[in-house]
Amino acid sequence: MKAVIGLEVHIELKTKSKMFCGCSADYFGQKPNTHTCPVCLGLPGALPVPNKKAIEWCSMLGMALNCDIPLFSKFDRKNYFYPDLAKGYQISQYDEPFCLKGSINLESGKTIGITRVHMEEDTGKLIHQAIDGQDVTLIDFNRSGVPLVEIVTEPDFDNAKDVVDYLKKLQQIARYLDISNADMEKGDMRLEPNISIRKAGEAGLPNYKVEVKNINSFKFVEKSINYEIDRQTKILNEDKTPIQETRGWDENKQKTVTQRVKEEASDYRYFPEPDIPPIRWTKSEIDKLRSTLPELPQEKISRFQKQYNLSLYDTTILTEDLTTSEYFETAATAGARKISPKQIANVMINKKINIDEILPAKLIEEVTISSKKINISEEELLEAVRKILKTNPKIAQDYKKGKDSVVQFAIGQVMYIMKKKIDTEILRKLIIEELK
Amino acid sequence: MNYSAYSIKDLRKGFKKKQFSSEQVVKDCINDIKDDKLNAFITICEDEAISKAKEADKKINEGIELPLLGVPISLKDIYLTKGIKTTAASKVLNNYIPQYSAPAVEKLEESGAIIIGKTNCDAWAHGSSGENSDFGPTENPYLEGYVPGGSSSGSAVSVAKNLCFASMGTDTGGSIRLPASFCNVVGLKPTYGRVSRYGVISMASSLDSIGHFTKNVEESALILSITAGNDPKDGTTLSEKVDDYESYLKKDIKELRVGMPKEYFSDGLDIRIKNLIEQKLRDLEKLGAKIEIISLPNTEHGTECYYIIQPAEVSSNLGRYDEIRYGNGRENFGDEAKRRIMLGTYVLSSGYYDAYYKKAMQVRTLVKKDFDEAFKKVDVIITPVSPTLPWKIGEKVNDPMAMYLSDVYTVNINMAGIPGLSVPAGFVDGLPVGLQILGPHFSEGKLFQVGQAVENL
Repeated sequence: MKAVIGLEVHIELKTKSKMFCGCSADYFGQKPNTHTCPVCLGLPGALPVPNKKAIEWCSMLGMALNCDIPLFSKFDRKNYFYPDLAKGYQISQYDEPFCLKGSINLESGKTIGITRVHMEEDTGKLIHQAIDGQDVTLIDFNRSGVPLVEIVTEPDFDNAKDVVDYLKKLQQIARYLDISNADMEKGDMRLEPNISIRKAGEAGLPNYKVEVKNINSFKFVEKSINYEIDRQTKILNEDKTPIQETRGWDENKQKTVTQRVKEEASDYRYFPEPDIPPIRWTKSEIDKLRSTLPELPQEKISRFQKQYNLSLYDTTILTEDLTTSEYFETAATAGARKISPKQIANVMINKKINIDEILPAKLIEEVTISSKKINISEEELLEAVRKILKTNPKIAQDYKKGKDSVVQFAIGQVMYIMKKKIDTEILRKLIIEELK
Repeated sequence: MNYSAYSIKDLRKGFKKKQFSSEQVVKDCINDIKDDKLNAFITICEDEAISKAKEADKKINEGIELPLLGVPISLKDIYLTKGIKTTAASKVLNNYIPQYSAPAVEKLEESGAIIIGKTNCDAWAHGSSGENSDFGPTENPYLEGYVPGGSSSGSAVSVAKNLCFASMGTDTGGSIRLPASFCNVVGLKPTYGRVSRYGVISMASSLDSIGHFTKNVEESALILSITAGNDPKDGTTLSEKVDDYESYLKKDIKELRVGMPKEYFSDGLDIRIKNLIEQKLRDLEKLGAKIEIISLPNTEHGTECYYIIQPAEVSSNLGRYDEIRYGNGRENFGDEAKRRIMLGTYVLSSGYYDAYYKKAMQVRTLVKKDFDEAFKKVDVIITPVSPTLPWKIGEKVNDPMAMYLSDVYTVNINMAGIPGLSVPAGFVDGLPVGLQILGPHFSEGKLFQVGQAVENL
């Protein structure tokens, strides 16, 4: 038996304004219903006008995922009723999305197919609470109409580890493109794995699938997938078929729980959104957009390996996020001819330096200094320490009285006789050990 | 005072010569509306209109020139007006007060127009007779007990009965042209995308056109020159330059090629209407126009497909009106709205979409092609607006099919998105008959040119 897993991921874009109106899309932590207008409230007569930047960003994400960008695309209406959906339909894309047929390579060497990347709008948010002892549901429309990109994969995964790797890569790409903060905790990224199990000897997709909805952490995705694989395997081993349903992850119980059993496929009555003319790209517009793509993680890794002669392990860590990679490159430039990129990489990776606190140039200075100290062996240093302590017995006496400041005096004395730059931290340790 | 003989120009001259003030005209109109028994208005904006009229009078005294300064107009009650109740003639919105005004309304107000009231119509603009209003039917001003045509029934009547000087309507399948024809006024359905739909309650978004009623063709041109133009809030408006419409009014029609589509002059057409329209065509021929019989072969299929596309969009557009948001539950929808919601939901359902909606959209392309081909041969097309005369109130209410068939000559114009102008063509048995002039996209100027010629006959 083998797991068959596909993924739907929603990523909220960080455009200034919403998808179809001029309201600010920066709703997180804002007072409810303050970022609204007739359009995102779905008031009578209001019409949507698409956000060009959001469409470009969606397309760029598709490009980064090696998708085809069709010259013709359109928006569709997805009709359903829910109180957080102001218009009675969500503007989404059905059969002609902005991006189709992409792929992404994983650490495991596997390639995952990207079915599509499309654009849609977020809904409002329902808040269930008690007011004056009465259970009420409030609606906050600040999130209504915020641009969402949905990335759908082929059912190409067979284990949770690959899924998490994919998600990390997707998050990294979104951040590299600077189109989303992809912050899980703020709900910028929402994950929905579809999981089923293919029996040994069976071909094609299983005749059921279980969807786990609205997971907001990579860890929970991993846990819920592993839980589902176990659960479904047990059912199949009893010669039964798991129910096709939507489940949710319950972190307290450490298991998935039934949310909604779908008796039949929902019918969203999709049809082309008549309020928005179709989008027609010219080839040159697409080429131009493609030319604005920044260097993506994979490209950066290859370049770092080549340009700085680093290992895959080092480059992968250094390119994890743009801040780190930019820091490394600045430091490498600053340290040219003084110190090797590998040394910088070592310091950054092994010493886990806080790059927000120390400027690259300063780091280079320190690394240069400490690299010279390497010329002194520990034995040589220890010899000097003993010599100083012997000629100055008062140091030991004062230290025993609790006068810690004498250590600093000892350091100065050692430095004086050595006439070399020494790592004072190592020296301090040696002196204290000797004093004990 | 009776202003029936006054055009907008006359009115403005009267203001300048101090024959009367805007305030006086507005008050007279409001009194006339109150006295009127035809049920043309849902809301009278008495206080707002009078205070605006006073402001207008001040501006007139200061010598400020605006094309509609101090002129009372009305709006179909489907145009959103900030702070003024907007019902779409449906109980669902019977207490809805909008937070904003439609840009078309703002443009008219910026041009000095005074909104005197909100007119009755078929609820949600669903209907051809005005009888589907939840506020009772409007009556035809020419014959008691007859329908004025719909859905913009009250707007047509408000102009025909001189209750105001112009009125804004909407035309999704004939809702301006039909009542204009039934009430002996001029009605324009502009090119789709010529006037912003923002702030006008959507019926069927891909078909809705924002147009108006006036007493004559010249005023129709004047209003369009105010309302037309690209609106960044409506992605379906086009950036095409707005023509100098009034410059077309003085052009003659010598050598103008006029198409007469045989499908619009066939069996279903009342012979008396046919004779009247053909007489007008012969008169135009005498002025130098060249009449040509043409064919629009997909006319019949187009009409059928209109009744798939339109309800499909209606079913989606009405989804937002629920009790949570508007205080009135969905059971408040009238029969016609419910019928269209059900029809539209059905044709969009999976398994039926391809057979109905998708097919209908393909036919729509053919309808557009019919007109494109026709306009290679002729400059404009002239047809009757309605195959029948206005009918008695109640006659067709229980026969929705018969009601739908009154739109056979108008719906394909919306399917193609081209403009159509309905102008009075005469009377049969005391009831008005209109003819419609059709042209290619953005040819409104040409329609006014021909409309003026018809008006001058």
